[in-house]
Amino acid sequence: MIELLQLPFFQQALIAALLVGLCAPAVGTFIVQRRLALLGDGIGHVALTGVALGFLTGTAPVLTAIIVSVAGAVAIELVRARGRTTGDVALALLFYGGIAGGVLLMAIAPGGSNAKLNSYLFGSIATVAAEDLWVIAGLAVAVIGVVAVFGRELFVLCQDEEVAKASGLPVRLLSMIIAITAALTVVIAMRVVGLLLVSALMVIPVATSQQFTNGFRATMGLAMLFGVIAAVGGLLSSTLSPKVPPGAAIVLLALAGFVLALGVGRFVRRRRAS
Amino acid sequence: MLLNQPVFAMTGGQVTLDRRPVLRGVDLTVCPGEVVAVLGANGSGKSTLVRALLGLMPLSGGSTLLYGTPPARFRDWQRVGYVPQRLQVGGGVPATVREVVASGRIARQRRFRFTDAADRAAVERALEAVGLSDRAGDRAQELSGGQQQRVLIARALAGDPDTYVMDEPTAGVDAESQRLLADTLAALVEGGKTIVLVAHELGPLEPLITRGVVVRDGVIAHDGRPPAPEGDCARPGHEHLHPHSGRPEESGPLESWQVKP
Repeated sequence: MIELLQLPFFQQALIAALLVGLCAPAVGTFIVQRRLALLGDGIGHVALTGVALGFLTGTAPVLTAIIVSVAGAVAIELVRARGRTTGDVALALLFYGGIAGGVLLMAIAPGGSNAKLNSYLFGSIATVAAEDLWVIAGLAVAVIGVVAVFGRELFVLCQDEEVAKASGLPVRLLSMIIAITAALTVVIAMRVVGLLLVSALMVIPVATSQQFTNGFRATMGLAMLFGVIAAVGGLLSSTLSPKVPPGAAIVLLALAGFVLALGVGRFVRRRRAS
Repeated sequence: MLLNQPVFAMTGGQVTLDRRPVLRGVDLTVCPGEVVAVLGANGSGKSTLVRALLGLMPLSGGSTLLYGTPPARFRDWQRVGYVPQRLQVGGGVPATVREVVASGRIARQRRFRFTDAADRAAVERALEAVGLSDRAGDRAQELSGGQQQRVLIARALAGDPDTYVMDEPTAGVDAESQRLLADTLAALVEGGKTIVLVAHELGPLEPLITRGVVVRDGVIAHDGRPPAPEGDCARPGHEHLHPHSGRPEESGPLESWQVKP
């Protein structure tokens, strides 16, 4: 373990896991509050096309993933704002298109392979390079910055959109900010847990944390703590055997934490009530 | 700014939802200091009317002004406090009573401004006014319906607006909360605030109301002083039995100027 910590690739993986563990639940708290728990999944699907586009054009996949997933998030938000039953189907179409487009483009891209595809679908934290880490760190600063600056307004928006409007908040702009921040979080997390599991880290720590908390701030803070524990813990546990994929280990650890919290939370509430 | 500028001025207001006309040409002017009850049966369009006054519902015809400005270009939102029908529980992320009430400061406390003593004092005052200081740290979602309604009113109080718009503040509210609400409103009226509230039943609020607007089928069917409480009704805590709208003998004399569908 100690030797592992001295390896640069492992240090980079550890920092990436830490940042993902912090960012994903922070954004996730707003997204869950807004009943958009599956937004992360949707953006994750769309981002695959972005990754493949990077391989096809010879640009860094992280950058093309940012562009395409932000565009996808904006599209999702526009459909949601128009909102009615047809929106559901429109979103589903977008998600299928994202995955199918990604698989196709990856297949015809020079140097594209199933192994590469898998590494983005399910994460491959061990291959996080130094330049990836810079992008991840930059995005993480942006995400936390958005939460810090707009958090108060986003809370009102996610609580009740009409009240936000009647308080003079720029509802459309704030909705876009949430969607775009979620897209950036997806890109941060895709190397760590993979595009298919991205939204697990946005949703599970929040669901875990609210078993214990009464307040919104407290829920977010505790969710970030749980996120970090799951991300770092999952990464460390994957070092026990080369067969354990870190992305899946992180998500399963988070899920185990949720199940545990469900039991403990219920026990605590019953004690409090009696 | 004009001193006696109307708070709300709607002319020929129409709202259409799913091609169904909900408001069909409403003229309504509310002046500062008025306490207006918007009355009507379920589905009459009364809730739509007050939301249209705030620009929360787009007009399909006519126009409306908020302190002399169309809602889309209105900037002075700290002058208005909106109390929605119910607390949105959302995706289940908890929020404490204090967090919800404190969010009422948002029109005054925007980006890059830390919470200061004035914000905190306003939140404490609002909590105290609705009698929820001791519940400030509890989950707002776990309170009773009447208490949640008080949280929503406290949120508006925290912003200290000049005008309150309340959508059914008395619906599904227990007697104690109704009395507390009446006391809170009485203090606001005394302070010269403007209040527009949607109600099904006025209950203990009745003595405070200076004007009753009855909405029926998307048009205003009656606009004037509400019937004064008399006899048994003047007694505090009386059982409220007589509905204000829908009684033929009440709407009878108004037939002549009532807009027909």
